[in-house]
Formats: sequence, C-alpha cells, structure tokens
Amino acid sequence: MRSSTATPVIQLDGVVVVRDGRSVLRDVSVDILTGEFVGVIGPNGAGKSTLLGVICGLVCPAAGRVRVLGLNPADWREGIQARRRIGLVAQIQRFNPQAPILVGESVLLGRAGLRGLGRRFSRSDREVARRAMADTGVEKLAERPLGTLSGGELQRVAIARALAQEPEILLLDEPTASVDPAARQDLVNLLARLPRLTGAAIVCVTHDPWMLPAACERVLMLKHGRLLRGGPRARMLAAELLEELYAEEGSSFVLSVMSGASDCYGRSEGSPS
Amino acid sequence: MTTLIPESLMPYAYLARAALAGLFGGGLCAVAGVYIVTMRLSFLGVCLSHGAFAGALFGLLAGVHPVTGAILFSLLTAAGVGPLADRGEVGPDTAIGILFSLMMGLAFLFLGLLPAHREEALGLLWGNILTVSWAEVGILLAAAVGAMVVITLFFKEIQSVACHREVARATGIPDTVVFYGILCLLGVVMSVTLPSIGGLLVFSLVVNPAAAALQWCRRFRTALPAAAVLGVGCCWAGLALSWRFSLPAGATIVLVSTVVFAVSLVLSPRRRNTQWTVPAA
Repeated sequence: MRSSTATPVIQLDGVVVVRDGRSVLRDVSVDILTGEFVGVIGPNGAGKSTLLGVICGLVCPAAGRVRVLGLNPADWREGIQARRRIGLVAQIQRFNPQAPILVGESVLLGRAGLRGLGRRFSRSDREVARRAMADTGVEKLAERPLGTLSGGELQRVAIARALAQEPEILLLDEPTASVDPAARQDLVNLLARLPRLTGAAIVCVTHDPWMLPAACERVLMLKHGRLLRGGPRARMLAAELLEELYAEEGSSFVLSVMSGASDCYGRSEGSPS
Repeated sequence: MTTLIPESLMPYAYLARAALAGLFGGGLCAVAGVYIVTMRLSFLGVCLSHGAFAGALFGLLAGVHPVTGAILFSLLTAAGVGPLADRGEVGPDTAIGILFSLMMGLAFLFLGLLPAHREEALGLLWGNILTVSWAEVGILLAAAVGAMVVITLFFKEIQSVACHREVARATGIPDTVVFYGILCLLGVVMSVTLPSIGGLLVFSLVVNPAAAALQWCRRFRTALPAAAVLGVGCCWAGLALSWRFSLPAGATIVLVSTVVFAVSLVLSPRRRNTQWTVPAA
C-alpha cells in the first residue's frame, strides 16, 4: 500500500450524476493516489463506466467536486488538458473498419493531443509509440489495417495507444468484456504487467472481480451508483462481500464469481485460491 | 489571364478553363470525399451540396455572387446539422434529413422568386464546366490551396477525428472543433465547385473518386493523393468524352467517376486479398 503522503491524482467528493432523471452516481467520494492500481467492481448498471466518464470529463456531474491532476475535467479547456494526460481504454472500440489507417498510425495518434494542435509528430513520439506496441505485443501488427483486427487485438492496440500517451492516469473500462475467452487470458496477463510498464495511477473497471491482477492494490465496490465499500484486494474479494455485491445478478453468476469464475480466464496472476 | 493564351488558341480558351476547373475542383472534391466516406457522412454531403445550391440562389436573389451565398448557406447547414446530431435529441440521419428538406424547400422558393435568372439558376443546379470563368477558376485554385494548407497543418487531428472520434476526444483533441472544421471545409468545397459541377452533380464527384481510392489504399497518406488523381482523371476524361461526342459535360464526368468506382470495386485488393478481411493466424 502506498504511503499516506502520496499525492491524490484523482479526487472525487460527493459526486452525483443524473441521467434521464435517474441517479447514476450518488454521493461518490474517493481519492486515488499517484501510481496506485485501483479496481472498481460491481454489477451491470452500477455506474462503473460513468465513474470513468466523470474522471476524464466526458460525463458532467450534477453535484460534487472533481479534481483530476489538479484540474476540473468538466471544464471544457481544463478537460482537454486533463485528457491529454489520461489514457482511456474503452470497453468497445468504435470506428469505421473501412477507415484507411494502420495499427501503427492508430497507436501514434494516442500522442496527437499531447503533441498539440497543428504540430507534427517528432521522432521521439514515434519511438514512444513503437515501445508501447512492443510492450503490449502488437508490434507485429503495426502494418495491418486497423479494421482487420480481432476483438482481442483491438483491445491490445487500445492499451498500446493509451500507453503511448505516457499517461499519468490510465483508465480501463471492462478491458476483457468484449473479447473471446482465449484473448481474455492474454489481456488479463497484460493487465498484470501494466504497473511495470507505466508509473500511472490505474483505475480498472470490471464486472468480473477475478480478472483484477494481484498488482491491484485496492478494490472499490459500486452498486446502484453508491460506493459500498473499498479496501485491499484480498479482503474485498471475500465470498460474503461478493455475494452481497452481486446478489441481484442471478444465482449462477454469483456462484461463478464466488468460485473464482473463471472458467474463461483461468486465474489471473496472484488470484486468491 | 486571357492575354497569356496565344490568339490561335483563343477559341479553345474555354477548354483550358474547363481543364483547370477539373484539375482544382476535381482534386478538391475527391480529397474532401476521402473524409466524407471515411466518416460515413455521405448523406451529410448531399445535404451540404443542396444547402450550397439554395445559398447560391439566395445570392442571385440578393444580388451578391452565388458562391458567396453558397458558402454562407453551407456553413449555416454545417453549423445546424452538427449540434442537432451531436445532442442526440434526434438521430443524425433525421437531423440531416430535416435540414436537407429545409434547404430543398428554400432552393425551390428562391427559384420561384427568380424568374429573371431562371437559366442561371438552373445552371447552378446542373453546373457547366465548359462555361466557367477565369474568376471561378481562380476561386477554385484558392480553395484548393487553402484546403491543402488546412489538411497539411491539422493532418493528425483530422485523421484522428475521421477514424475514431471517441479516441480523439479521449486523448485531448478538441474533437467538436475539428469535426465542425471538417464540415465547414466540406461546405466551402461544395460551394466553390457549384458553378462548374452543379449542386446535383458535385456530390458524385465528392464520393465516387474517394470511394474508388479507398478500395486501393490502406492509409490516408496514400488515399488522399490517389483520390485527387482519380478525381482529376474523371474530370478530364469526362471532358474529353463530352467534347468528342457532344455530351453534357457534368453528367459525363459523373458517369465516368461511377465507372471508375465500379472498376475499383471489382478489382479491389480488399476483395481479392483475404489478408485484409481475415486476421493473420
């Protein structure tokens, strides 16, 4: 666990998000420190993705205070500045598969905001992007059109793009949700290596607690938009707490979570047995 | 400008102007088309071209240059369609459809109010590359140079927004500004090519060469010049055919561009090369 003097890079205080008259996040308060790896778990509709949206300024809170890297991400100008320093890996990669863009170019575009409007990429930008591709195992895909990749490969490319940003905060939204089981295990292994690849604070949102690697220091439980509790990973993944969290998901899901799930993942590195 | 042409060639000056209009206008439309096709905004292109047509008619009615009116209306169309689509209150296709019908309504209203200029107005609808003036060629050249400067300067931002706007937003690119910038650029392109290509036909010259180039190219850096070459080639080939067989120039150019697209589709590496569609093992 990080020392208590470490700087919070994310500060949420009493955050409320309302969508279509319904509260999606209710009074959420949390601090996340520099270099910390935090997992956010909860059932479908708990507000996990909305939480990431608030952090990177893509969702505006109705109430509460948000500071990210000392900036207010809901402000147009400060939000753009903040997002240049935040790597976001979305759950689903939406793009036109016919778009004329290669994987290498797409990863390099991760640095587009950082480089600044109207400025060309430098040699060091290309070197950082190449390293990010090597770290995530997509270097061999660099010359492939982006539209020809599988779901798992697209997720790896998205992680490479986020790492190419050299982010101070890395946000992962259900990184294994939309890929096949074989690719999932590869992604879980990649997630376990992330803290060694970046010094960024990592926030990983997931429906499945067992995909969080041992490197994940703290787990937050979110349900119905409320932060139920948070604590060290080993303690939060206790059977009775998971049962309470996922009680409304149906008995088969609860059973699979309780049993460590994970027929499709196997166990991630360091999963409690 | 006419003094630069030897006297013996003066009867053919209109062909020189048409060739230059094809060079600048065809290239410009095709380059803009690469972004329209990539962003799947073809219907928006139709809407902008009809907005430009309505604006040109408004220009005739108000006594200003048709291109000025066309630019004004296409920019207004771009400014209207973007927020309507972005806010999500109506779907993007509905927003574009509503503005399209508004622009058509205005165009026919202005047409009805313009009995004295009826022929000139219809010329803007069909266009006539063989009657473009040196001033219009100059406007096309200025627009082509302007577009090239903007695309070169903001290549990475435009590429990012055109390919995956959500990623662009998440990496700190002001995607809304860039998106509206692209729409405005498209509006200007549609407007300046109106006198030579026409409000109804300009859209084909925007989409066809670009869609053909995208059958062959895997990168923007190659697709943009390839589309420009195809666009210019279609204009020149259409001009030659129309001159040789006394066909309407605009229609011939559009038909040539459609044939180019059909041939590209049949011979496309995307269809023949399985590596493009099946991930490597």
